[in-house]
Amino acid sequence: MNRIAAIAGSEFRIALRNRWVAIAVVLMALFALVLAAAGSAPTGQLGADKLSVTVASLTSLAIYLVPLMALLMAFDAVAGEVERGTLPLVLTYPVSRPEILAGKFAAHLATLAIAVGAGYAIAAAAAMWMDPRAAEGIPALARLFWTSLLLGATFLGLAYWISAAARRPGAAAGLAIGLWLVFIVLYDLGLLAGVVADGGGTFTTAVLPWMILFNPADAFRLYNLAASEATAAAAGIAGAANTIPPMHALASLLLWPLVAFFMATATFRRMTP
Amino acid sequence: MQTLILSQVTKTFDGATALSSVSLAVAAGERVALLGHNGAGKSTLMKIVLGLISADRGDVRVLDAEPGSHAARAATAYLPENVAFHPALTGLEQLRCYLRLRGEDPRGAEVLLERVGLGEAGRRRIGTYSKGMRQRVGLAQALIGRPRLLVLDEPTSGLDPVSRREFYTILDDLAGTGAAILLSSHALTEVEVRTDRIAILSRGHLVADDTLPNLRRVAALPIHLQVSARPEAADEVARRLSGERHNGARIDLVCGHDDKIARLGQIAELGAMVEDVHVVPPSLEDIYAHFSGRAPS
Repeated sequence: MNRIAAIAGSEFRIALRNRWVAIAVVLMALFALVLAAAGSAPTGQLGADKLSVTVASLTSLAIYLVPLMALLMAFDAVAGEVERGTLPLVLTYPVSRPEILAGKFAAHLATLAIAVGAGYAIAAAAAMWMDPRAAEGIPALARLFWTSLLLGATFLGLAYWISAAARRPGAAAGLAIGLWLVFIVLYDLGLLAGVVADGGGTFTTAVLPWMILFNPADAFRLYNLAASEATAAAAGIAGAANTIPPMHALASLLLWPLVAFFMATATFRRMTP
Repeated sequence: MQTLILSQVTKTFDGATALSSVSLAVAAGERVALLGHNGAGKSTLMKIVLGLISADRGDVRVLDAEPGSHAARAATAYLPENVAFHPALTGLEQLRCYLRLRGEDPRGAEVLLERVGLGEAGRRRIGTYSKGMRQRVGLAQALIGRPRLLVLDEPTSGLDPVSRREFYTILDDLAGTGAAILLSSHALTEVEVRTDRIAILSRGHLVADDTLPNLRRVAALPIHLQVSARPEAADEVARRLSGERHNGARIDLVCGHDDKIARLGQIAELGAMVEDVHVVPPSLEDIYAHFSGRAPS
């Protein structure tokens, strides 16, 4: 535990000095402010409070931004150490490879938590300032916060995995962008194309729900919007999958970080420095 | 007690043999220098000892444990060639992290930096350090805890002569407390006086493993005798010793180890014709070149 804390302490210091903490906080705060401003338009027909509406927009934002930040923060976690030549020395210390990754993970997750927390807090403050009823949306915001961290944790784990597999920062960066495009952009487009081509057949009813659960970003969206009153406004593809119980989506969100971290440690263990 | 034992260790990379049936042991308190050209297999041997890579064949024991096992790593300190650290951390922060990884009190960082002569600079970021300063941080981390085995890859590269002497003093202290030390170096003159035994690798083969006096004897390289004759007697001296004349009054003689005393006797017989005599034993460079040329190709 002390060893993980030692690695985490160094990594967090590095994240502070590299301005990663500052960049992530500013980025999230900026987007949260923009969304809060955009959400100030009248939303009378929905009957929802301002914060719940903001949470729906923040969910869509988080799907793009949280995985991207996690991947950018962590893609060189292993490959960068290989390139600097710092990896062989630390591997001769009495610290296991999963402990090294766990330390980096703790520091990166803390950085994400600070950034996401700051962004959401700004959005919440703006919503409450404009609408006294906004306090009703706080549970939804809290849920969005911790599920965002689960989503971030998944992509941190995936980033360590590709970092150990690629061994070179350049290759790891390319893989990170590819991973983001596939999971966040192309995956949903593919599903949409499938639904359209299928025309309500077995793909839509039997395969699609599972495919949505398989993608952590889709599971994240599904879980957050299923409970929210503003679902209809922002659901998109989730509308086609409203047969999926939210608990299944939560299970997917909880499982993904474990699977990603397991793949990362398995690859890192096999690596010869 | 042997701290490190390698027996019949073989390692190949993509068909190229990096180490070929190498056997080597380092006892507690012993300082062994590992010499060899670039690419002779020194770093590969060290990485196998550290458990960073595994041998194809043969057996390696570090304090009776598998190399790379938790017990072996807890007892082993390593200083890589061209040691590197994250440039954003300060020397103190980096050392505190390493101390905690070894389960030691992080407050020991300042004392360690003092010991390697980096007291004040410890508060600056490593990115601003010179190569010699990074090397000192590397030394400091290798001193953490009481390592039973030190594996040092070119430890004095980048250090100035005074720092090198300080470094070997620290090493002597460690060996005095029973640490086994395996170090590689290109600075043969340091190795000559500061180590107990010399092992020479050539193209993956261990071609020598003995004390320097023994290596000298086995190599049986010629000894040079430089005789300074009185200017007027130079020709006479050269004729009587059947040697070769150089720069006026100097006569060079070459003889084997066993002939040395007899030759010196002949020179002494010449009496007043000789002003001085110099005995030049084969240098470590000569011995090194002799052994490293002997690897089977």
